[in-house]
Amino acid sequence: MVRLDASSRSRYLFVAVVVGHVLLISAQVVSPSGPSLLRLAFVGVVTETQRATWALGGGVRSVWDGYVALRGMRAENERLARENTDLRVRLQEERANTNATEQLRGLLDLRPRVPWTTTGAEVVAGSTSPDFRSVTIDKGFSEGVKGDMPVISPAGVVGRVAQPGGHTATVQLIIDRSAAAAGRVERSRAEGIALGNGDGTLRFEYLSATADVQRGDVVVTAGIDGVYPAGLVLGHVERVEKNGPSYRLVTIRPVVDFSALETVLVLLAPTPVWTPATTARDDQVTR
Amino acid sequence: MIALRVVAFVLGALLLQSALVRVVGGGVIDFGLVAVVSVALLHGRVAGLLAGTLAGLVQDALGGGVIGMSGLGKSVSGYLTGVVGTQFIVTQTASRFLVFFGATVMNGALFVGLSVLLGLPYGRPSLDVALRGVGNAVVGVLLFHLIEFLPGAREWWRAVLERRRKRRFH
Repeated sequence: MVRLDASSRSRYLFVAVVVGHVLLISAQVVSPSGPSLLRLAFVGVVTETQRATWALGGGVRSVWDGYVALRGMRAENERLARENTDLRVRLQEERANTNATEQLRGLLDLRPRVPWTTTGAEVVAGSTSPDFRSVTIDKGFSEGVKGDMPVISPAGVVGRVAQPGGHTATVQLIIDRSAAAAGRVERSRAEGIALGNGDGTLRFEYLSATADVQRGDVVVTAGIDGVYPAGLVLGHVERVEKNGPSYRLVTIRPVVDFSALETVLVLLAPTPVWTPATTARDDQVTR
Repeated sequence: MIALRVVAFVLGALLLQSALVRVVGGGVIDFGLVAVVSVALLHGRVAGLLAGTLAGLVQDALGGGVIGMSGLGKSVSGYLTGVVGTQFIVTQTASRFLVFFGATVMNGALFVGLSVLLGLPYGRPSLDVALRGVGNAVVGVLLFHLIEFLPGAREWWRAVLERRRKRRFH
């Protein structure tokens, strides 16, 4: 039996760890699949600890804010903030409704849209790494939150649920480098893919050469990516660079202030804004 | 016992990161990497390697991205920092600053390289990595000054250096 000295052992361990990481990364890239039980358990334990840490700090803060500092005003402020949140969400729903109405005007046999089913959640922790843009919320499987559910704020899209745990979930922000959403320019209906840059902005790619995009245009979700329903605000076009007839770089500034996120809404039952029940065209094809 | 202390230190640093990122904003300091480099300097390359693996995998799992990206960079940084710590005497402010800065650059280079390989964009990698290197180095140097002020820390640190010297010459 060959005996290894400490130096050789550590070198072999180093190589094993590096190879292990490379295999781990390769496995995810080649065959992406749903989260494993190990990952779920791991995420659950860590996020619950984050929540407990946040709750501890929150308890002290709430005593100070609620009873010592601004006793009466805080309660009033909270009530008004809740009301404001409700109204802004309703405004987003109405915006989506209007877009869809314009787009589908003239079609018959339309079924009224089902209202979004949402649950409010508090952001309890930020990202554990500066390389990723994510937050932890205090709702998980137990509250009906599942992976890939869209998360919004009254202003617009926040991101999607990346890792749900028992009572917490990690939300990948839309500005993360590996986040993306199908987008549409509200004014011209030009469609593309909004991708996170990791620096707080999004870039709008896969636009057609004839697409009409201008600085200041509002970009909303297109509703064709299987995650986000149509009509949610992604942001405003901040920069447009053209190279001849085609677009070289379109940068979107998100409307959500990700550094000040406190409460978010998880869309538990995202549905298309309008769903044709049985269109005349389908009938013709059947006949 | 040392293993438990290291795990608690690394997880504590990650919790600090997730708590502070919402108060002061993230990006400039990576407390997880500061913890990994500190562990490597205090306990050697194997401890640095394992602390880097732990910190990186936790960050990857909670970040929602590809698991292993941060883990690889932090494991390599932790191991190489441990090697540097045993080959050179890292007790001066300037040398500690360089070690923390170098480890951040190493970690950043691996992360950015993997991001590019996987087709993920990285806006201004040089500026981001340089800023984070300075931020981590300042926090790391301050952390070691703080450790040296703790009761009995000087004696313990001398014992660590003595063990390293013996290891180097044997």
